[in-house]
Amino acid sequence: MVKEIERVGLPAVQICTIIPIALTVGANRIVPGVAIPHPTGDPKVSLKEEIEVRRKLLGQALRALAASIDQQKVFK
Amino acid sequence: MCKAVQEKLGIPALTAMHPLNPGVELARKKVYIVEAGDSARDMKRTVPRMVALANKILEKVPIGTPQEEGYLPRGIRINVRTENRGSRRAVDMLLKKLRGEPFVTELPIPQFDRVVPAPAVSVLSKAVIALVTEGGIVPKGNPDRLEAHNASKYCRYFIGNLKDLTGEEYQTAHGGDDPVYANEDPDRVLPLDAARLLEEEGAFGKLYDHYYVTVGNVTAVSSAARYGHEIGNLLLKEGVQGVILTST
Repeated sequence: MVKEIERVGLPAVQICTIIPIALTVGANRIVPGVAIPHPTGDPKVSLKEEIEVRRKLLGQALRALAASIDQQKVFK
Repeated sequence: MCKAVQEKLGIPALTAMHPLNPGVELARKKVYIVEAGDSARDMKRTVPRMVALANKILEKVPIGTPQEEGYLPRGIRINVRTENRGSRRAVDMLLKKLRGEPFVTELPIPQFDRVVPAPAVSVLSKAVIALVTEGGIVPKGNPDRLEAHNASKYCRYFIGNLKDLTGEEYQTAHGGDDPVYANEDPDRVLPLDAARLLEEEGAFGKLYDHYYVTVGNVTAVSSAARYGHEIGNLLLKEGVQGVILTST
């Protein structure tokens, strides 16, 4: 889906866990998520720490949206 | 038209199309489509195949594979018994590949195209950013009945007055993974709480007041592509400048 959103001219970043699939299908901006059932969460830590995990992931995602790229890139 | 004739009149129908004809995707599952060339010159080859297939349909004779009968693959899986088990066939195929001998794959690997990256968001601190998810986060009770797999649609929900998603008001509809974590705290799939914090801090201009959701579990690539295309256009019209999409 992210590739099609990008095709209409809107930069789009995908936060996901299985990076090879995102790369194969053709997403251009990818941020590795935490895990399949909770890409932007970590049930093993406290809520305060989880929110911090989410902030970092979203921060990476925003950096990906603001990055000029000419090919696929995984933003770690 | 063939689909309508079959569905409304109960009369079997078949047609012929070039593989790149947009009608193929619309009808292939319901109607036999004989593969045609790109010009009328190819009719000499195509019409006899149509006649042969039509006769089989009329006589209710079992229809063979697309390769045998000359119709476009319909994406329908039928269980068949073969002489050799899968492991034997896999080893035989590998040996042919190693020897440089011709082989025929039983399942063609889909080829995905590449899209030129869209221009980056120029001024993040002023940008309108939207959240989208394939993780199936929906209002509690799943009022629009978003499917747990092979989603037939996407939904749009208002979050303009929310700073957080709670397990009391939201849930996951996604049927492809353990839903416990997302049901406890839907922000673990659609990170609204952290997005609001970053918005307040000025990391970006504004969070778009709706989010789009579908379920990316066993959803056909063609469906997901259509949803992405439509959502992208809808967001573009609304002045959104960047999209963060989460998937499980």
